[in-house]
Amino acid sequence: MSVVDRQEWDVVVVGAGGAGLRAAIEARERGARTAVICKSLFGKAHTVMAEGGIAAAMANANENDNWRVHFRDTMRGGKFLNQWRMAELHAQEAPQRVWELETWGALFDRTKDGRISQRNFGGHEYPRLAHVGDRTGLELIRTLQQKIVALQQEDFKETGDYESRLKVFQECTVTRVLKEDDRVSGVFAYERESGRFFVLEAPAVVIATGGIGKSFKVTSNSWEYTGDGHALALLAGAPLLNMEFVQFHPTGMVWPPSVKGILVTESVRGDGGVLRNSEGKRFMFDYIPDVFKDKYAETEDEADRWYDDPDHNRRPPELLPRDEVARAINSEVKEGRGSPHGGVFLDVSTRMPAEVIKRRLPSMYHQFKELADVDITAEAMEVGPTCHYVMGGVAVESDTAAARGVPGLFAAGEVAGGMHGSNRLGGNSLSDLLVFGRRAGWHAAEYAAGPAGARPVVDDGQIDSAAAEALRPFSAEAQIEEPKGGPPENPYTLHQELQQTMNDLVGIIRREPEMKQALEKLGELRSRARRAGVEGHRQFNPGWHLALDLRNMLLVSECVARAALERTESRGGHTREDHPGMDRKWRRINLLCALTDPTGGPAATDPVRGQITLTRETTEPVRADLLALFDKEELVKYLAEEELYE
Amino acid sequence: MSSYEARFKVWRGDAQGGGLEDFEVEVNDGEVVLDIIHRLQATQTPDLAVRWNCKAGKCGSCSAEINGRPRLMCMTRMSVFDREETITVTPLRAFPVVRDLVTDVGFNYAKAREVPSFVPPADLGPGEYRMMQEDVDRSQEFRKCIECFLCQDTCHVVRDHEENKQAFAGPRFLMRVAELDMHPLDAAAESGLDRKSTAQDEHGLGYCNITKCCTEVCPEGIKITDNALIPLKERAIDRKYDPLVWLGSKIRRRSSAG
Repeated sequence: MSVVDRQEWDVVVVGAGGAGLRAAIEARERGARTAVICKSLFGKAHTVMAEGGIAAAMANANENDNWRVHFRDTMRGGKFLNQWRMAELHAQEAPQRVWELETWGALFDRTKDGRISQRNFGGHEYPRLAHVGDRTGLELIRTLQQKIVALQQEDFKETGDYESRLKVFQECTVTRVLKEDDRVSGVFAYERESGRFFVLEAPAVVIATGGIGKSFKVTSNSWEYTGDGHALALLAGAPLLNMEFVQFHPTGMVWPPSVKGILVTESVRGDGGVLRNSEGKRFMFDYIPDVFKDKYAETEDEADRWYDDPDHNRRPPELLPRDEVARAINSEVKEGRGSPHGGVFLDVSTRMPAEVIKRRLPSMYHQFKELADVDITAEAMEVGPTCHYVMGGVAVESDTAAARGVPGLFAAGEVAGGMHGSNRLGGNSLSDLLVFGRRAGWHAAEYAAGPAGARPVVDDGQIDSAAAEALRPFSAEAQIEEPKGGPPENPYTLHQELQQTMNDLVGIIRREPEMKQALEKLGELRSRARRAGVEGHRQFNPGWHLALDLRNMLLVSECVARAALERTESRGGHTREDHPGMDRKWRRINLLCALTDPTGGPAATDPVRGQITLTRETTEPVRADLLALFDKEELVKYLAEEELYE
Repeated sequence: MSSYEARFKVWRGDAQGGGLEDFEVEVNDGEVVLDIIHRLQATQTPDLAVRWNCKAGKCGSCSAEINGRPRLMCMTRMSVFDREETITVTPLRAFPVVRDLVTDVGFNYAKAREVPSFVPPADLGPGEYRMMQEDVDRSQEFRKCIECFLCQDTCHVVRDHEENKQAFAGPRFLMRVAELDMHPLDAAAESGLDRKSTAQDEHGLGYCNITKCCTEVCPEGIKITDNALIPLKERAIDRKYDPLVWLGSKIRRRSSAG
């Protein structure tokens, strides 16, 4: 059967967002022939939706800033669960990654003296986010896209072929990472346009597929975010780390229903916007947790003075890390102090002149005007939490971005776990993409060129079973199922049920019985998904594409639900109503998800057993010189007794 | 909150041909055309091909022609239409159809490759770039482009003249030339590349007769004609016809060659 087209590359990058493109640039510049595969058109990846900025301690806006302060903020934001070496590398290298973008043509907003302007954001001690209005992600993706084109132009001059060393396979989906014994041998993919299968053979594969938000009903994420990379890694035998940590961004649109979940950038608050409940009260002052008590203003006056005089006043509590703000909004709504459409009010109209709003928040002005008939220069926005980001992901080596357990597999960006601990600070994502995208590309290229990267042999049997798996939805109707099998299922219906389940039962506030119920439901959906059938043929068939993406969403959702049930504490993007406090004993515990049946056999449908096995792992102690950056009194709040005395 | 049944005509088919199909479909308060297309997929035509991504007007994927006008489906609210009106959705006309509402936009990626990239100044390292906000404003306006290609679709130079595609980059990529030309630190000139004259000579700026159709359809509100194309034309003309500029360019070229 395997008459599938095959091509040889040195490095294959799956995903063309910020991390994937940065990885591809690096790999190609280090001499590896590099292929990039992405589900959308080149330049449309989810990164374009990032609004606020790129966090990097360049100290352009406040000279006191440096990588140590950024590192501290990142660890605090992640409630000390971060893979600290990643947080260290990230804080150290982010400025170089931003400056490098300028040499590729990026045009950031400027300070008065002509340097890159930096704005305030939640959890960052100093103004730190390099930005372009509220469309920073677009600038990032376009700059990387144009850098790729520049490299292709160089290759064209030399070889007469734009794609001789760096090629983008756009609108293609990878369904399996292929292996020779333990190590990576390539990927199996299909072209969305034609439905044609193909294999890219390569010793090194970088996964940079982003997140999982499409498993939730209310999300700021685009259709691409079906957890493909998380699932590809799991299926290839690489464990996922701390999948219970899902960030609900505090401010998504809540009305009209069709746009529910679309992001309202944190810059609105960074630039002076405030949150109010239906009584007109700035409620965030009531929600400052103990660990942050001394860093946030206690009165509106102090908070308002901070914008002009940050050295002598404390920050407004609207700028607490996202998990805190999202939970606060959730409580206000629950206690009946919400806005008419079930959110709270976010107001800039009384805080800044209309002209300033339009200049600093042009996309937000446009978005509310066009989609909700709301003029944000004249009235408050209604906002509520929306599923935004997954902190959990592929467990990687900090320095090399190599996935644990599978030689030749690398992961960077949102799909990789560890960097952000239990909660990501705004602005730390774009910098993460650049820092670890580059590192993944670098180490993938190095691996591919080294002795371990000798050309692997791609097994025909694996290609055949990958092809059969991908074709399954077309024959679902004809399949003879066991008696209780039932009729073919509509993939769109299954997807909606999955989203509702995750939203309601494993959402922002979690409870044990609900998560158990979610696992039951996921088991049921898993067996029904095996009967997901599609009409038509393979040419650009969205029903078929969704049927295939369901496998990934179901796998990842089970990881989230299982890990969330296991972690009996509340920390960052994981809030347990039945275990409301942060427990220092859990700080050292990582939860790893692995496939229960690594032979890749048919998915288990038993909800109790499921497809995922959890293991606990004790984390490596934080290096002493990094711990020394914090006050002892602060560390006491996070670290277990025994860690403090080690 | 009220819902109603709307009448839609959606083009279905592929490179071999196709036609408009009629649908009746539910519409709820606040919805956009893309919501309705998704509802058709979920309830009536699971294999209806459509490209989309962010559904927030930021990625430029869901371009189509709605009642004949190039628009983003995610930013076209149903409330702008009369409830009695039949809404017709067709693929972008200037590009070959792949299937249903999906077209082959490869033309644009080919043109993107023909525009020489940003040339970094040789004497400045990373972190040493200094630019004033007022000097980057103009290029930043052009960098708001989300590459939805609606301007490329509507531009009559290629919309009705397939044969012009070879010589004409289209508004999006002429604007890219303008963006680089107006970048305060682009060192193309130092490397012997005159972006203004290439706009004319290599990217077909002369075909544009400033009817401003591109500006009208731009979902980002970029003044493509006024701020990019006309200034580029003026400068290109200055270059061509100003004898001093002409002489200067010859001298510089000679000295850089020597």
